[in-house]
Amino acid sequence: MIYLQLLANGIVLGGLYAAIAAGFSLVWGVLNVINILHGTFIVLGSYIAFFAYAYAGIHPFISIVPAALLLFGLGWAVQASMINRVISAPVLITLTLTFGLDLVLNNAMLVAFTADYRKVNLETSLPGLVLGPVIVPGDKLAATALAVALTYALYRLLSDSNVGRAIVAVRMDREAAALMGVDVRRINAITFGIGAAMAGAAGALLSIIYPISPLNSTLFLGKAFVVCVLGGLGSVPGALVGGLALGVIESLGGFALGPEHAVTISFCLLLLLLFVRPSGILGKRGYE
Amino acid sequence: MIRSRAFAWVALAFVTALAAMLTLVASNYMLRLATVVAMYAVLAQSWNFIGGLAGYPSFATAAFFGLGAYVSAVLQSKGVPMLAAWLAGGAGTALFAAFLSGAILHLRGHYFAIASLVVVEVLREIINTTPDLTGGGMGLNLPVLRLSVTAQAQLFYLAMLMLFAAAFATALVVHNSKAGFALRCIKQNEDAASIIGVNAYAYKALAFTLSAVFVGVAGAIYASWTNYIDPTDVFDLLLSVKPLVMVLLGGVGTLLGPAVGAIILLVFEELIWRNFLTIHAAVLGAVIVVLVLFLPNGLMPMLQGFWRARWGPRMEPAA
Repeated sequence: MIYLQLLANGIVLGGLYAAIAAGFSLVWGVLNVINILHGTFIVLGSYIAFFAYAYAGIHPFISIVPAALLLFGLGWAVQASMINRVISAPVLITLTLTFGLDLVLNNAMLVAFTADYRKVNLETSLPGLVLGPVIVPGDKLAATALAVALTYALYRLLSDSNVGRAIVAVRMDREAAALMGVDVRRINAITFGIGAAMAGAAGALLSIIYPISPLNSTLFLGKAFVVCVLGGLGSVPGALVGGLALGVIESLGGFALGPEHAVTISFCLLLLLLFVRPSGILGKRGYE
Repeated sequence: MIRSRAFAWVALAFVTALAAMLTLVASNYMLRLATVVAMYAVLAQSWNFIGGLAGYPSFATAAFFGLGAYVSAVLQSKGVPMLAAWLAGGAGTALFAAFLSGAILHLRGHYFAIASLVVVEVLREIINTTPDLTGGGMGLNLPVLRLSVTAQAQLFYLAMLMLFAAAFATALVVHNSKAGFALRCIKQNEDAASIIGVNAYAYKALAFTLSAVFVGVAGAIYASWTNYIDPTDVFDLLLSVKPLVMVLLGGVGTLLGPAVGAIILLVFEELIWRNFLTIHAAVLGAVIVVLVLFLPNGLMPMLQGFWRARWGPRMEPAA
């Protein structure tokens, strides 16, 4: 059955999309900032994994940790030094600021790493999973499992830790959170840092699947947009549902109409959803 | 008020005539730069209708530009004369924007920004996947004019200049009209505007359509000017971002801001970027960051303050 295989491909893809979008959704939901840098953060995570594997032989799955840590630091610094200064300005201002920062960072990566597509070629790959007529490559499956695990970890961080509770409080009501003793500017910086860390970790996972180039950043950013709107803004389960939905739709739609239309399908879907249900499939207020 | 409005019209006519005389003295290189300034100013002035007046952060400029370019180019490849094709490009783009406003203008803030951005991507993909009509990714050649190089440079410069004059005149009318007042109300508080009886939807649709029509014609003129278009060129996202930067440079929601911003941006491009081609994007990004963090109101208030400090006390108060 070709459709079962397509469904499996879609689900594997969807888990990765969830990890791509979770950090983007967190930043959008809590800070009300559309982080145009997100795609470039993802690519940076991929480069970290690529160089770690090329020069030190570290498996990209292990590089998740340094990628996440480095990008947390970068994200924290960007928010603390720049975005916090205009955080209460109109939408246009913060959006434009992150766009400008993205131009700088992406251009720096183009100069440093060139636009050539690179790829992590693993020496030993995991055996594929065979379920009747459906075959899933082992590395892809492991990457997806890790992506879902990361997304779940973010969910637990927000629901169980003190910092997480503070982030949720800021998301719900900025002023009330400040009155309860939450240092809002610090939480802003931490939230942006976590968003960047999720991007870096997702990038490390993607390095074994997608070719790596600074030119890919808009592709990932586009996916994050669509997943957020599909699943509903500012909720981790929403990012998971949206990611899986997008993965399955792209997989089936690409088969039905030809792979060159996969991007058009997802964007038309986005426009349609914005028209009928801007709050998304699981849309509700409060970051849970 | 009456006097200052009459003054504005006279000033527009005077400046346009003066700018047109540039064709008599300027080299072809200068004319090319002037054409780009006029084109940028058209894009910025157009964006100001929806982004500056109504406060809706639109990223659809590139969509209108590319659509105008393709409508006109396809019509010309079917034998329609150039001028008619330009006007058709503008009309088609305006029609598209009016239709689109029904679909995305109920969205606010980030959602509107993204929806308008996605329109660019969808149009580019559609052009890419319909090679029979549009040439797809291979692009489309336009008929070559049987004119000397200098005559062409003058023709396209004058066309862009007239287009800018039309866009500016429209802005002048809108700024001083009930529609301009309504749009400023919507920017400040849309719900309150609706409650006091402003038909928010109609005025937003008007602003969005106005932000498209001149851009569509600009795209059409650009296509004839360069003789060749392809989807990545005319649906370039930077075409959506530069107008916004120009308006931020000049001053959001002001009449003169967009044109001032267009001149500053082009001078900047010519003087600095051409010497640093590999970091072109990074320099633009750095300009944006500095602008947003340190000059959120643009350069116009600063220039006005300077003007007042120097000349203010001696001037009669405006009637």
